[in-house]
Amino acid sequence: MAFLDRTARSFLLAELVSGMALTLKYFFKKKATINYPYERQALSPRFRGEHGLRRYANGEERCIACKLCEAVCPAQAITIEAEPREDGSRRTTRYDIDMTKCIYCGLCEEACPVDAIVEGPNLEFATETREELLYNKAKLLENGDRWEPAMAARLQQDAPYR
Amino acid sequence: MVEFFTTNPFGILILTVVKALLILGPLLVAVAMMTLAERKIMAAIQLRRGPNVVGPFGLLQPFADAIKMLMKETIIPTGANRTLFLMAPMLTFALAMIAWAVIPVNDGWAIADINVGILYLFAVSSLGVYGIIIAGWASNSKYPFLGALRSAAQMVSYEVSMGFVIVTVLLCVGSMNLNAIVKAQETIWFVIPLFPMAVIFFISTLAETNRSPFDLPEGESEIVAGFFVEYSSMSFALFFLGEYANMFLMAAMTTILFLGGWLAPFGIEPFTWIPGPIWFILKICAVMFVFVWVRATFPRYRYDQLMRLGWKVFLPFSLFYLVLVAGVLLAFGWLPTAA
Repeated sequence: MAFLDRTARSFLLAELVSGMALTLKYFFKKKATINYPYERQALSPRFRGEHGLRRYANGEERCIACKLCEAVCPAQAITIEAEPREDGSRRTTRYDIDMTKCIYCGLCEEACPVDAIVEGPNLEFATETREELLYNKAKLLENGDRWEPAMAARLQQDAPYR
Repeated sequence: MVEFFTTNPFGILILTVVKALLILGPLLVAVAMMTLAERKIMAAIQLRRGPNVVGPFGLLQPFADAIKMLMKETIIPTGANRTLFLMAPMLTFALAMIAWAVIPVNDGWAIADINVGILYLFAVSSLGVYGIIIAGWASNSKYPFLGALRSAAQMVSYEVSMGFVIVTVLLCVGSMNLNAIVKAQETIWFVIPLFPMAVIFFISTLAETNRSPFDLPEGESEIVAGFFVEYSSMSFALFFLGEYANMFLMAAMTTILFLGGWLAPFGIEPFTWIPGPIWFILKICAVMFVFVWVRATFPRYRYDQLMRLGWKVFLPFSLFYLVLVAGVLLAFGWLPTAA
């Protein structure tokens, strides 16, 4: 009987037909992919994207050249040089991040005592050449200015869990 | 003026060329659109979107692909036999095109309404294996060679059972003229009385056109791309066009043999308002959809399973069904009289 059952099934293509019915059902289902450049998914406040150096509201840069980020960076992507400014405060003269080395672990952001270096929500910073990914201080400050509202909002949202 | 086109040899030539262009032009556009449709359908089944950036709904994607293909360099491997290497894709393409000469799009609308139409189709589709074998041999490389061997074995195996299916249909019609075959289905489409044969025919066409789940000659995961490995640029594009044109041809054959060609379903009122060619195209599209649907559903057969299915299942079964049909026709005196 089992033999008959099996033979009948294979001759009537039962499994093939049920398989095709399944795929047809999926054909009419809602698509799982989003139409990326036009539709986007929500990003978590903890999303670690492109870096920026933030400033205080009065325009003074936050970074105090403590070099904790440089020390903690597991990929050694950060290079900092610093010397006292005319007013006596410690500031960086050079703050470079090699974005091709960076692994986006977010440790620099966690190490920073003044929330100066922050990984923002931007994930679309692909470039055509490698050199463009070697960020210097000017570029990072510019990023910080550009994404300041988003970065501040995200830091605030995530603050209770830190 | 009409006389010039019907009697003067030159006039007949011009008329034939125009007719051929009228068939081949839309066919090539259809092939281009099929590549898009296939990607879209497979995408939908896999819950993806498929190409949607080039043009509205990605409709211009095939043309972008074609331009890309044209711009690329045709690479000919050092060890390859140049003449054969370049001839193979042309042969595949040409064979896929010439078969359309006998396909009736509407009552009597075939370029050549010959009385052995189905035999011609069968012969041309069998020749298709040469393009692949030559490509595999001329590439002088391992994977193409293996792909070509597989393809040859597979096409020969499935042609046998396809032949039996065609003979069964011919028994019911009593003519090899494609026009007559369609006309014989005015009362009922052959897909209903000959359903098992229609299924066998369809599965065999999948094997014949090297489509998934019988795409062993290409078999990306095992032999890279089979017989196309060494092809690039336009020679690759010609293979591609040829393969898809062959799929359309097989879909047209399925339509003519089993789905009543240009006939409207049941021959009743609202359906008959739509002209025959539209029905023909719709039916071909439906069959093509199933081709893609099958591709998106089933994994590839193993080689020995493929051969077992061809020789140990389809061949005996179609032979048995052929004898059965012949017996029934004879016993009930339904044999069509030679018209």
